Amino acid sequence: MTRAPRPGYLRRFTLTERLVHWTHASAFFALLATGLVLYVPVLSTWINRRNTVKNVHLLTAIVWAVALALLVVLGNRAALRGTWREIETIGADDRRWLRGRRAPQGRLNAGQKVNALLTAAFAVLFTLSGVLLWLGERDTRFRLDGSVVVHDALMYVSLVLLTGHLYLAVIHPKTRHALRGMTLGDVREDWAAVHHSRWVEEERRR
Amino acid sequence: MDGRQQTETDGVSDRAIGRAGFLAMLGAGVAGLFYGKDALRVLRGFVPNTVEALVPTAGWRIYTIGDRMPAIDPSAWRLRVEGLVEQPLSLSLADVKGLPRAEQVSDFHCVTGWSVNDVHWAGVRFQNLLAAAGPLPGAGALRFVSDEVPYVDSLTLDQVLLPDVMLAYEMDGAPLSRPHGAPARLVIPRMYGYKNVKWVTRIELVERAEPGYWEQRGYDSDAWVGKSNGLDPSA
Repeated sequence: MTRAPRPGYLRRFTLTERLVHWTHASAFFALLATGLVLYVPVLSTWINRRNTVKNVHLLTAIVWAVALALLVVLGNRAALRGTWREIETIGADDRRWLRGRRAPQGRLNAGQKVNALLTAAFAVLFTLSGVLLWLGERDTRFRLDGSVVVHDALMYVSLVLLTGHLYLAVIHPKTRHALRGMTLGDVREDWAAVHHSRWVEEERRR
Repeated sequence: MDGRQQTETDGVSDRAIGRAGFLAMLGAGVAGLFYGKDALRVLRGFVPNTVEALVPTAGWRIYTIGDRMPAIDPSAWRLRVEGLVEQPLSLSLADVKGLPRAEQVSDFHCVTGWSVNDVHWAGVRFQNLLAAAGPLPGAGALRFVSDEVPYVDSLTLDQVLLPDVMLAYEMDGAPLSRPHGAPARLVIPRMYGYKNVKWVTRIELVERAEPGYWEQRGYDSDAWVGKSNGLDPSA
């Protein structure tokens, strides 16, 4: 999948990056759906298959973790490393942008970086609190009464993030072209020049 | 493909900002594992009740051990009181409601970490329920058998006679709902939820308390809130 982008388009995401994104996205929706059935009494009562739903929830989590691990091992590790470095780097322009001012943005704008940092931290914390909930049911030494609080709080905050993310990726006319970057991998150069001008400059300079 | 190289010109300290943010989130989450419940308690002091009411659970989660929660026809339900008693009983819901009614407001704590405050219960105290059966001198504990097979748990006679323990048939002003154990459940607020057996159909008087469903899986028999199951701060 290293084919050259079409004329007038820039490659934004490698196949590995896109697969990581969609693995995470689909697992999130499956975990959210099953989690809500376990969590909301009306849904628990309506579905009324607690054991089955719980098993699907746990199995989804395992599949998600294994799939991500496989993508890291078998995928384009250099791209993932580079992306993570990019996400972690909150430069002067990013800080200006986060304060609501105009500032040229790289391949990922500062909001996308913050969203990615939070999503990554939440993934670790969801896993940690989930594993503790699972272990705590079997051995009181692993029982912390905050595990359930953390797991729930992460769900609420994630829902807020997800809502904003979906709005910008699917609905907002100015930004939704970005969805193409995450599905097909490339974006229009003229669109990128407006939203990610520093990235476009860097690409042109290469 | 190689456009992913470090192209930022801002340097190492800028990278430290994002990393610090990421690690701070992790730290906050880990702290939440230990102090999250306290934080929630503090938060409740600030957040108006209207916001709390928007949370779809009203604090409860519905736990069952199997896939289907029991659906009991209240008119067909009979509570059997048997074992070490002078007179075994088979009580209809009307019989149970005919006994002196007790009401209480108490908190409900689940061993997994969630709590519901100020639950309004109505039901019958055990001295009244047991009076007609007449426990024999050898009886030292009650074994509560749930319609959710094989859920069972026991309390000592002393424990069921505590002033805030009851067999409840109403919750928050309405008949007990199916998810909460209709038509009747055990309520012992000072012990974790798993001792508060739902869908009770049979109470057996026995010599001593036996390990219940969760106790057979390593939970404490005397499940005092804050003093058992690894949740004792001083342990």
